Amino acid sequence: MFGGIDPALLIAALIVASVPIILAAIGELVVERAGVLNLGVEGMMIMGAVCGFITAVSTGSAFLGFVGGALGGAVLSLVFGVLTQFLLANQVATGLALTLFGLGLSSLIGQSYVGIKPPLTDAVPLGPFADIPFFGRVLFSHDWVVYLSVASVAAVWWVLRATRMGLILRAVGESHDAAHALGYKVRRIRMLAILFGGAMAGLGGAYISLVRVPQWTDGITAGAGWIALAIVVFASWRPWRALVGAYLFGGITVLQLNLQAAGSRIPVEYLSSAPYLITILVLVIMSSGRGKAALNAPASLGQNFHASR
Amino acid sequence: MKRRTLLATAALGLGLAFGGAANAQGMDKVKACFVYVGPIGDLGWTYQHHQGALELVETYGDKVEIAWQENVPEGADAERVLTQMALSGCNIIFTTSFGFMDATNTVAGKFPDIKFEHATGYKRDHANVSTYNARFYEGRAIQGHIAGKMTKTNKIGYIASFPIPEVIMGINSYFLHARKVNPDVELSVVWAFTWFDPAKEADAAKALIDQGVDVIASHTDSTAPLAEAAKTNGAVIGFGQASDMADYKPSPRVSSIIDNWAPYYVKRVGELLDGTYAQTDSWAGIPEGEVEIGEITDAVPADVKAEAEAMRDAIAAGTYHPFTGPINKQDGTPWLAEGQVAPDGDLLGMTFFIEGITGDIPQ
Repeated sequence: MFGGIDPALLIAALIVASVPIILAAIGELVVERAGVLNLGVEGMMIMGAVCGFITAVSTGSAFLGFVGGALGGAVLSLVFGVLTQFLLANQVATGLALTLFGLGLSSLIGQSYVGIKPPLTDAVPLGPFADIPFFGRVLFSHDWVVYLSVASVAAVWWVLRATRMGLILRAVGESHDAAHALGYKVRRIRMLAILFGGAMAGLGGAYISLVRVPQWTDGITAGAGWIALAIVVFASWRPWRALVGAYLFGGITVLQLNLQAAGSRIPVEYLSSAPYLITILVLVIMSSGRGKAALNAPASLGQNFHASR
Repeated sequence: MKRRTLLATAALGLGLAFGGAANAQGMDKVKACFVYVGPIGDLGWTYQHHQGALELVETYGDKVEIAWQENVPEGADAERVLTQMALSGCNIIFTTSFGFMDATNTVAGKFPDIKFEHATGYKRDHANVSTYNARFYEGRAIQGHIAGKMTKTNKIGYIASFPIPEVIMGINSYFLHARKVNPDVELSVVWAFTWFDPAKEADAAKALIDQGVDVIASHTDSTAPLAEAAKTNGAVIGFGQASDMADYKPSPRVSSIIDNWAPYYVKRVGELLDGTYAQTDSWAGIPEGEVEIGEITDAVPADVKAEAEAMRDAIAAGTYHPFTGPINKQDGTPWLAEGQVAPDGDLLGMTFFIEGITGDIPQ
C-alpha cells in the first residue's frame, strides 16, 4: 500500500500541510475555553493571509509579513469582540457574518497584489541536525513557523493547565456569572482571548499565502478555517488532541495525494473522502472515552455576558 | 429614447415568439452577463473569461453593457444566480464552467427570449441555448511533446480536476505526445476534485514532486502548482494553464495554454446586435486563435522548442490532428485505426484513458 512513498518526505509534508489548521485551531480553542464561540475563523484567516502578504511584499521581510498577518486577524476579531461583548450581538450570527465580511474585504484589498511573489521563508538552519538520516528530514528541516505552531500548542496546554491565568480563563468559560462575582473582568478577559484567537488565525492564514502557496489569490484559504473549527470540537477543547487532529487531517490529505501520485490501486473516491472520514472517526473514538465528562465543552460557550446581577 | 428601446424590445419579443430562434431585427444595446466559477483574480480560467468580457466593451463601447458574478458554486446556487441575471435585463448570459450545464438549461427553458451560452458543455435542450468550447487538447499535445523531451526522471504528472471528457482528453493528448518522443515516460495523475483551491493544488504538486515527477501539467485554475514547482530551483517545470501565467517565466513555466475567448464573445454579441444570431455549437482551437500557445522560454532547448512550434503550426494549418491513429484504449482494444482521425463525438464523450496510462478514471 505504501509502495513508492518515502515516509520521511511524507511526514515532512504533512507537518507543513497542517500548520495553518493548527495555528487557527489553537487560537479558537482558547477563545472557546473562555466561553466565546467565534465562527469567523475563516474570515480572520483570509484577512491574515492578505495582510501578511501585503506586509511581506511591501517590507521585503517574511517575518514582518507574519506579524502583519497576526495583526490583520486580530483587528478583524476586534470587530467581533466589540459586537458580541459590548453590544451583545448573537455570537453565531456575528461569527458567520465575520467570515463573509473577511472574504469580501480581503478580496478588495488584495486586488493589486495578484501575481506578485512574496519574499521566501527559509528553513531554520539547524546545522548538523538536518543531516541526521530520516529525523533530519522529518524534524529539522522546517521553517520557524512550523516550530512555532508546535510550541504554541505546548504553551497553551501549559497555561491552561498550570497557571493562574489559565484557571481564570477557564473559570470565565465555565461560569461567567461566578467569575464575575469573584471580581474577574469577564469582558476584558474574553476580549483578550478573542484577540489572541484572531492573531493565531491570522498567522495561520499568513502561512498559507507566504509559505504553502507563496502568492495571493482570492479565496486562498478555501475552507481551512472551517476545518480548524471542527477540529476544536472533535478535540474536545484539549490542545494536544487538536494537534493530533490537525496532523491526522493534514496527514491523510497529503497521503491520499501521494497515493494517487504513486499510482495506488485504491479508487480515488475513497482516497478523496478519507481525510474527512478518518479524522471524524478517530476523534469521535478519542472523545467517547469517559462518558459525558470527556466532552469537556465549556459550560458558558456561546452565551453572552451582561453584568446585570 | 426609453420608449423606443421598450418598443424595440417588445418587437423583438414578438419576433422571437413568431419567428422562432433567428431574430431578424438586431438590437440597439445588449446587456451581456457572465457567470464565473472562481474569482477573476485566479489569474487563470476565470481571469481569461473576464478578459474576453472586457473586450466586448472595448469593441462595442456604449452598445454593450456587461455584468458578472464571481465565485458561483456549481449546483443549486447557479440556478438562483442565473434567474437573477435573467430578471435583471441580461440579453445574453455566458455560463463559464462545465458544472453550470443543467442550471443553464433549466433556466433557459423559463426565459425563451434570453440567449444562453454554456462553455464546455454538450446539452442544448432549448433553442436559446448554445454551447462553446475550445480544443485545449491541441495545446496539451504540445505540452506533452515538451514534457516527454524535458523529463529526466521519465515521470511526468498531471493535476486533474474532475473526471469529465474535457479533462480526460487533455490527459490523453498530453500522455500520447510525451510517449511518442519518450517511450519510457510514465504518467501520474492526481485528481484534486476542485477547480480552484490553491492550497490543495499546491499539495498535489508537492505530492507529485515527492514521487519524483519533474514535469507537471495542471488542469486546475490557479497558479499554485507553478508556485510549488518554483520552490525546486528549476528541477521541476510546469505550464501555464488557461492564462499565460507569465510571472513564472522563464522557469518553472516553460510554456502555456492561453484561452482566448474574446473573439468568440465579440462575434456572438455582434451577431446579437446585427440580428444574425443563431444557435450554435462552437468548438474552435489553435487554427481559429481561441487556443494560443504562450511563449516557449529559453529553459527549453532550441531544438525541442522548434519541434513544438512546428507541431503548433501544423495544427494551425490543419495538417495535423493530435489524435491520429493508431491509438488503442487503455485495455488494449483498438480505438483509432492507422491514419484515422478522432471524430469530435468520440472526443466530447471521452471516458477512457488511452493505452499506456496506469490508474483508473474515478466514476
